[in-house]
Amino acid sequence: MKFGVVQFPGSNCDYDTHYALKQVLKQDAVLLWHKEHDLKGVDCVVLPGGFSYGDYLRAGAIARFSPLMKEVKSFARNGGLVLGICNGFQVLLELGLLPGAMLRNKNLKFLCQHVHLRIENGATAFTRAGKEGRVLRIPIAHFEGNYYAPPQALADIEKKRQVVFRYCDAAGRVTEGANVNGSIHNIAGVMNRAGNVLGLMPHPERASEALLGGEDGRVIFESIIQGFAAPRGRGAKPVRTRARHDQ
Amino acid sequence: MRVRILVSFKDSVLDPQGQTVKNALHTMGYSAIKDVRQGKVFEVELDRVTKKDAEALIAEIARKVLANPIIEKYTWEFIKSPSGK
Repeated sequence: MKFGVVQFPGSNCDYDTHYALKQVLKQDAVLLWHKEHDLKGVDCVVLPGGFSYGDYLRAGAIARFSPLMKEVKSFARNGGLVLGICNGFQVLLELGLLPGAMLRNKNLKFLCQHVHLRIENGATAFTRAGKEGRVLRIPIAHFEGNYYAPPQALADIEKKRQVVFRYCDAAGRVTEGANVNGSIHNIAGVMNRAGNVLGLMPHPERASEALLGGEDGRVIFESIIQGFAAPRGRGAKPVRTRARHDQ
Repeated sequence: MRVRILVSFKDSVLDPQGQTVKNALHTMGYSAIKDVRQGKVFEVELDRVTKKDAEALIAEIARKVLANPIIEKYTWEFIKSPSGK
Protein backbone atom coordinates (compact mmCIF):
# COMPACT_ATOMS: atom_id res chain seq x y z
CA MET A 1 0.00 0.00 0.00
CA LYS A 2 1.30 3.45 -0.87
CA PHE A 3 1.06 6.33 1.58
CA GLY A 4 1.75 9.98 0.85
CA VAL A 5 2.80 12.31 3.67
CA VAL A 6 2.17 15.97 2.86
CA GLN A 7 4.83 18.52 3.79
CA PHE A 8 3.93 22.15 4.46
CA PRO A 9 6.39 24.81 5.56
CA GLY A 10 6.27 24.27 9.32
CA SER A 11 5.33 20.58 9.31
CA ASN A 12 7.49 18.82 11.89
CA CYS A 13 6.07 15.31 12.13
CA ASP A 14 6.42 14.58 8.41
CA TYR A 15 9.56 12.47 8.76
CA ASP A 16 8.30 10.69 11.90
CA THR A 17 5.15 9.72 10.06
CA HIS A 18 7.06 8.66 6.95
CA TYR A 19 9.42 6.62 9.14
CA ALA A 20 6.56 4.88 10.97
CA LEU A 21 4.87 3.95 7.70
CA LYS A 22 7.99 2.87 5.83
CA GLN A 23 10.35 1.43 8.44
CA VAL A 24 7.95 0.20 11.10
CA LEU A 25 4.91 -0.83 9.07
CA LYS A 26 6.92 -1.72 5.94
CA GLN A 27 4.68 0.12 3.50
CA ASP A 28 5.53 2.17 0.47
CA ALA A 29 5.58 5.83 1.54
CA VAL A 30 6.48 9.07 -0.21
CA LEU A 31 6.67 12.70 0.86
CA LEU A 32 4.42 15.12 -1.04
CA TRP A 33 5.42 18.78 -1.21
CA HIS A 34 2.45 21.09 -0.71
CA LYS A 35 3.23 23.17 -3.79
CA GLU A 36 2.84 20.22 -6.14
CA HIS A 37 -0.33 19.16 -7.90
CA ASP A 38 0.46 15.44 -8.04
CA LEU A 39 -0.58 12.87 -5.45
CA LYS A 40 1.82 10.38 -7.09
CA GLY A 41 -0.75 7.59 -7.12
CA VAL A 42 -0.92 7.13 -3.35
CA ASP A 43 -3.70 5.07 -1.75
CA CYS A 44 -3.83 7.13 1.43
CA VAL A 45 -2.90 10.75 2.11
CA VAL A 46 -1.57 11.65 5.56
CA LEU A 47 -1.48 15.27 6.74
CA PRO A 48 1.13 15.26 9.52
CA GLY A 49 1.50 17.29 12.68
CA GLY A 50 3.42 20.51 13.04
CA PHE A 51 2.81 24.22 12.72
CA SER A 52 2.06 24.81 9.06
CA TYR A 53 2.63 28.48 8.22
CA GLY A 54 3.44 29.12 11.87
CA ASP A 55 -0.22 28.69 12.81
CA TYR A 56 -0.70 32.25 11.49
CA LEU A 57 -4.32 33.44 11.41
CA ARG A 58 -5.65 30.13 12.78
CA ALA A 59 -4.04 26.70 12.96
CA GLY A 60 -4.38 25.14 9.50
CA ALA A 61 -6.06 28.20 8.00
CA ILE A 62 -3.32 29.05 5.49
CA ALA A 63 -2.26 25.49 4.64
CA ARG A 64 -5.69 24.86 3.28
CA PHE A 65 -4.88 27.14 0.33
CA SER A 66 -1.80 25.14 -0.70
CA PRO A 67 -2.04 23.87 -4.30
CA LEU A 68 -1.88 20.22 -3.26
CA MET A 69 -4.94 20.65 -1.03
CA LYS A 70 -7.10 20.99 -4.12
CA GLU A 71 -5.99 17.51 -5.16
CA VAL A 72 -6.48 16.18 -1.64
CA LYS A 73 -10.00 17.55 -1.58
CA SER A 74 -11.04 15.86 -4.80
CA PHE A 75 -9.19 12.68 -3.76
CA ALA A 76 -11.30 12.65 -0.57
CA ARG A 77 -14.52 13.46 -2.42
CA ASN A 78 -13.89 10.39 -4.56
CA GLY A 79 -13.54 8.14 -1.55
CA GLY A 80 -9.76 8.24 -1.09
CA LEU A 81 -8.49 7.69 2.45
CA VAL A 82 -7.21 10.81 4.21
CA LEU A 83 -5.75 10.86 7.71
CA GLY A 84 -5.05 14.15 9.50
CA ILE A 85 -2.90 14.04 12.61
CA CYS A 86 -2.83 17.04 14.98
CA ASN A 87 -2.10 20.02 12.68
CA GLY A 88 -3.32 17.77 9.86
CA PHE A 89 -6.65 17.48 11.68
CA GLN A 90 -6.79 21.28 11.97
CA VAL A 91 -6.13 21.61 8.23
CA LEU A 92 -8.95 19.15 7.44
CA LEU A 93 -11.34 21.21 9.58
CA GLU A 94 -10.34 24.44 7.85
CA LEU A 95 -10.59 22.70 4.49
CA GLY A 96 -14.17 21.70 5.28
CA LEU A 97 -13.52 17.98 4.88
CA LEU A 98 -14.43 17.43 8.53
CA PRO A 99 -17.11 19.11 10.63
CA GLY A 100 -16.28 21.46 13.52
CA ALA A 101 -13.43 23.77 14.50
CA MET A 102 -10.55 23.98 17.00
CA LEU A 103 -10.26 26.32 19.96
CA ARG A 104 -7.33 26.93 22.28
CA ASN A 105 -6.96 24.30 25.01
CA LYS A 106 -9.24 25.08 27.94
CA ASN A 107 -6.32 25.71 30.31
CA LEU A 108 -4.44 27.81 27.71
CA LYS A 109 -1.42 25.54 27.98
CA PHE A 110 0.49 23.68 25.32
CA LEU A 111 -0.13 20.06 26.27
CA CYS A 112 2.61 17.49 25.62
CA GLN A 113 1.79 14.23 27.36
CA HIS A 114 0.41 10.73 26.95
CA VAL A 115 -3.36 10.43 27.00
CA HIS A 116 -5.83 7.57 26.89
CA LEU A 117 -8.27 7.25 24.03
CA ARG A 118 -11.29 5.02 23.75
CA ILE A 119 -12.17 3.57 20.35
CA GLU A 120 -15.78 4.70 19.98
CA ASN A 121 -16.41 3.12 16.63
CA GLY A 122 -14.52 -0.06 15.77
CA ALA A 123 -16.12 -0.49 12.36
CA THR A 124 -14.26 2.25 10.50
CA ALA A 125 -11.49 2.16 7.90
CA PHE A 126 -9.20 3.53 10.64
CA THR A 127 -10.11 1.24 13.53
CA ARG A 128 -11.10 -2.10 11.99
CA ALA A 129 -7.96 -3.75 13.44
CA GLY A 130 -9.07 -2.66 16.90
CA LYS A 131 -12.34 -3.07 18.74
CA GLU A 132 -14.91 -0.69 20.09
CA GLY A 133 -14.11 0.09 23.71
CA ARG A 134 -10.40 -0.63 23.40
CA VAL A 135 -8.25 1.92 25.22
CA LEU A 136 -5.17 3.28 23.44
CA ARG A 137 -2.31 5.17 25.06
CA ILE A 138 -0.96 7.75 22.61
CA PRO A 139 0.81 11.10 23.12
CA ILE A 140 -0.63 14.52 22.30
CA ALA A 141 1.30 17.75 21.65
CA HIS A 142 -0.87 20.74 20.87
CA PHE A 143 -2.13 24.15 21.91
CA GLU A 144 -5.29 24.16 19.85
CA GLY A 145 -6.98 20.81 20.30
CA ASN A 146 -10.14 21.89 22.05
CA TYR A 147 -12.60 20.47 19.55
CA TYR A 148 -15.84 22.35 19.05
CA ALA A 149 -18.90 21.80 16.90
CA PRO A 150 -22.13 23.80 17.04
CA PRO A 151 -25.09 21.97 18.67
CA GLN A 152 -26.72 20.81 15.44
CA ALA A 153 -23.50 19.55 13.87
CA LEU A 154 -22.55 17.87 17.14
CA ALA A 155 -25.87 16.02 17.36
CA ASP A 156 -25.39 15.03 13.75
CA ILE A 157 -21.90 13.56 14.13
CA GLU A 158 -22.91 11.69 17.28
CA LYS A 159 -25.95 10.22 15.58
CA LYS A 160 -24.00 9.14 12.51
CA ARG A 161 -21.28 7.65 14.75
CA GLN A 162 -18.57 9.87 13.31
CA VAL A 163 -16.83 10.20 16.68
CA VAL A 164 -14.01 7.69 16.39
CA PHE A 165 -11.97 8.47 19.54
CA ARG A 166 -12.72 10.09 22.90
CA TYR A 167 -10.36 11.11 25.70
CA CYS A 168 -10.84 8.71 28.61
CA ASP A 169 -9.06 7.46 31.74
CA ALA A 170 -6.87 4.35 31.84
CA ALA A 171 -9.96 2.22 32.50
CA GLY A 172 -11.74 3.57 29.46
CA ARG A 173 -14.16 5.84 31.33
CA VAL A 174 -14.98 8.99 29.42
CA THR A 175 -14.78 11.54 32.23
CA GLU A 176 -14.39 15.29 32.52
CA GLY A 177 -11.09 14.72 34.34
CA ALA A 178 -9.71 12.82 31.35
CA ASN A 179 -10.74 15.57 28.96
CA VAL A 180 -7.33 17.23 28.88
CA ASN A 181 -8.04 20.06 26.44
CA GLY A 182 -11.72 20.71 27.04
CA SER A 183 -13.02 19.17 23.80
CA ILE A 184 -16.78 19.01 23.46
CA HIS A 185 -18.02 15.48 24.34
CA ASN A 186 -14.36 14.49 24.96
CA ILE A 187 -13.89 14.18 21.19
CA ALA A 188 -10.30 13.34 20.20
CA GLY A 189 -10.94 12.08 16.69
CA VAL A 190 -13.75 12.50 14.20
CA MET A 191 -14.43 11.25 10.68
CA ASN A 192 -16.58 12.50 7.83
CA ARG A 193 -19.93 10.93 7.18
CA ALA A 194 -18.66 8.76 4.34
CA GLY A 195 -15.98 7.35 6.66
CA ASN A 196 -12.92 7.92 4.46
CA VAL A 197 -11.51 11.03 6.16
CA LEU A 198 -10.32 10.96 9.79
CA GLY A 199 -8.76 13.67 11.92
CA LEU A 200 -7.32 13.13 15.39
CA MET A 201 -5.24 15.24 17.76
CA PRO A 202 -3.09 12.43 19.29
CA HIS A 203 0.01 11.28 17.39
CA PRO A 204 -0.20 7.57 16.42
CA GLU A 205 3.16 7.82 14.63
CA ARG A 206 4.80 8.63 17.96
CA ALA A 207 3.35 5.45 19.42
CA SER A 208 4.40 2.91 16.84
CA GLU A 209 7.43 1.29 18.50
CA ALA A 210 7.82 -0.17 21.98
CA LEU A 211 11.26 1.39 22.17
CA LEU A 212 9.64 4.81 22.05
CA GLY A 213 7.15 4.09 24.81
CA GLY A 214 4.30 2.25 23.15
CA GLU A 215 2.80 0.73 20.03
CA ASP A 216 -0.87 1.57 20.47
CA GLY A 217 -0.82 3.99 17.55
CA ARG A 218 -0.11 1.18 15.13
CA VAL A 219 -3.71 -0.02 15.24
CA ILE A 220 -4.78 3.00 13.18
CA PHE A 221 -2.21 2.41 10.43
CA GLU A 222 -2.78 -1.36 10.53
CA SER A 223 -6.52 -0.82 10.10
CA ILE A 224 -5.90 1.22 6.96
CA ILE A 225 -3.50 -1.40 5.60
CA GLN A 226 -5.90 -4.27 6.41
CA GLY A 227 -8.74 -2.50 4.63
CA PHE A 228 -6.59 -2.02 1.58
CA ALA A 229 -5.68 -5.70 1.48
CA ALA A 230 -9.33 -6.75 1.95
CA PRO A 231 -11.40 -7.69 -1.11
CA ARG A 232 -12.82 -4.80 -3.10
CA GLY A 233 -16.05 -3.35 -1.88
CA ARG A 234 -15.14 -3.61 1.77
CA GLY A 235 -13.35 -0.30 1.84
CA ALA A 236 -14.95 3.10 2.22
CA LYS A 237 -17.54 3.77 -0.44
CA PRO A 238 -16.76 6.57 -2.86
CA VAL A 239 -18.77 9.67 -2.11
CA ARG A 240 -19.88 12.29 -4.53
CA THR A 241 -22.50 14.02 -2.48
CA ARG A 242 -21.63 16.64 0.08
CA ALA A 243 -22.96 16.44 3.59
CA ARG A 244 -24.37 19.76 4.75
CA HIS A 245 -21.89 20.18 7.57
CA ASP A 246 -18.98 19.41 5.25
CA GLN A 247 -19.27 22.87 3.75
CA MET B 1 -9.38 53.39 1.23
CA ARG B 2 -8.78 51.53 4.41
CA VAL B 3 -11.01 49.06 6.22
CA ARG B 4 -10.71 47.79 9.77
CA ILE B 5 -12.12 44.29 10.27
CA LEU B 6 -12.74 42.89 13.73
CA VAL B 7 -12.98 39.11 14.14
CA SER B 8 -14.07 37.66 17.48
CA PHE B 9 -15.61 34.49 18.87
CA LYS B 10 -19.36 34.10 18.62
CA ASP B 11 -21.13 34.68 21.92
CA SER B 12 -21.98 30.97 22.10
CA VAL B 13 -18.29 29.98 21.95
CA LEU B 14 -16.10 29.98 25.05
CA ASP B 15 -13.18 32.40 24.83
CA PRO B 16 -10.52 31.12 27.25
CA GLN B 17 -8.16 34.02 26.52
CA GLY B 18 -10.82 36.62 27.25
CA GLN B 19 -11.68 34.78 30.47
CA THR B 20 -8.04 34.78 31.53
CA VAL B 21 -7.72 38.51 30.90
CA LYS B 22 -10.92 39.11 32.85
CA ASN B 23 -9.61 37.07 35.79
CA ALA B 24 -6.36 39.04 35.74
CA LEU B 25 -8.27 42.32 35.79
CA HIS B 26 -10.36 41.09 38.73
CA THR B 27 -7.19 40.09 40.55
CA MET B 28 -5.97 43.67 40.06
CA GLY B 29 -9.13 44.97 41.66
CA TYR B 30 -11.06 46.17 38.60
CA SER B 31 -14.31 44.78 39.90
CA ALA B 32 -16.43 46.76 37.42
CA ILE B 33 -15.17 44.57 34.55
CA LYS B 34 -18.01 42.21 33.86
CA ASP B 35 -16.74 40.33 30.84
CA VAL B 36 -13.86 40.35 28.34
CA ARG B 37 -13.90 38.93 24.81
CA GLN B 38 -10.67 38.87 22.84
CA GLY B 39 -10.52 39.17 19.05
CA LYS B 40 -8.30 39.98 16.10
CA VAL B 41 -8.05 43.20 14.14
CA PHE B 42 -7.12 43.43 10.45
CA GLU B 43 -6.50 46.72 8.67
CA VAL B 44 -6.82 46.29 4.94
CA GLU B 45 -5.78 48.88 2.36
CA LEU B 46 -7.83 48.82 -0.83
CA ASP B 47 -7.04 50.30 -4.18
CA ARG B 48 -9.06 51.00 -7.32
CA VAL B 49 -12.42 49.78 -6.05
CA THR B 50 -15.67 51.59 -5.46
CA LYS B 51 -17.04 51.73 -1.94
CA LYS B 52 -19.82 49.37 -2.94
CA ASP B 53 -17.41 46.79 -4.41
CA ALA B 54 -15.22 47.14 -1.34
CA GLU B 55 -18.14 46.23 0.89
CA ALA B 56 -18.80 43.03 -1.06
CA LEU B 57 -15.11 42.18 -1.17
CA ILE B 58 -14.58 42.66 2.56
CA ALA B 59 -17.57 40.49 3.41
CA GLU B 60 -16.20 37.80 1.13
CA ILE B 61 -12.65 37.71 2.49
CA ALA B 62 -13.92 37.90 6.06
CA ARG B 63 -16.16 34.92 5.51
CA LYS B 64 -13.70 32.87 3.47
CA VAL B 65 -10.39 33.58 5.12
CA LEU B 66 -10.17 36.00 8.05
CA ALA B 67 -12.86 34.36 10.17
CA ASN B 68 -13.88 30.75 10.66
CA PRO B 69 -17.69 31.09 10.50
CA ILE B 70 -18.16 28.01 12.69
CA ILE B 71 -16.72 29.76 15.73
CA GLU B 72 -16.16 33.40 14.79
CA LYS B 73 -18.12 36.49 13.77
CA TYR B 74 -16.86 39.69 12.19
CA THR B 75 -17.66 43.37 11.86
CA TRP B 76 -15.90 46.05 9.82
CA GLU B 77 -15.74 49.78 9.24
CA PHE B 78 -14.10 52.21 6.84
CA ILE B 79 -11.32 54.12 8.56
CA LYS B 80 -9.04 56.97 7.61
CA SER B 81 -5.90 55.99 5.70
CA PRO B 82 -2.59 57.33 7.02
CA SER B 83 -2.33 59.16 3.68
CA GLY B 84 -5.47 61.05 4.65
CA LYS B 85 -7.70 59.59 1.94
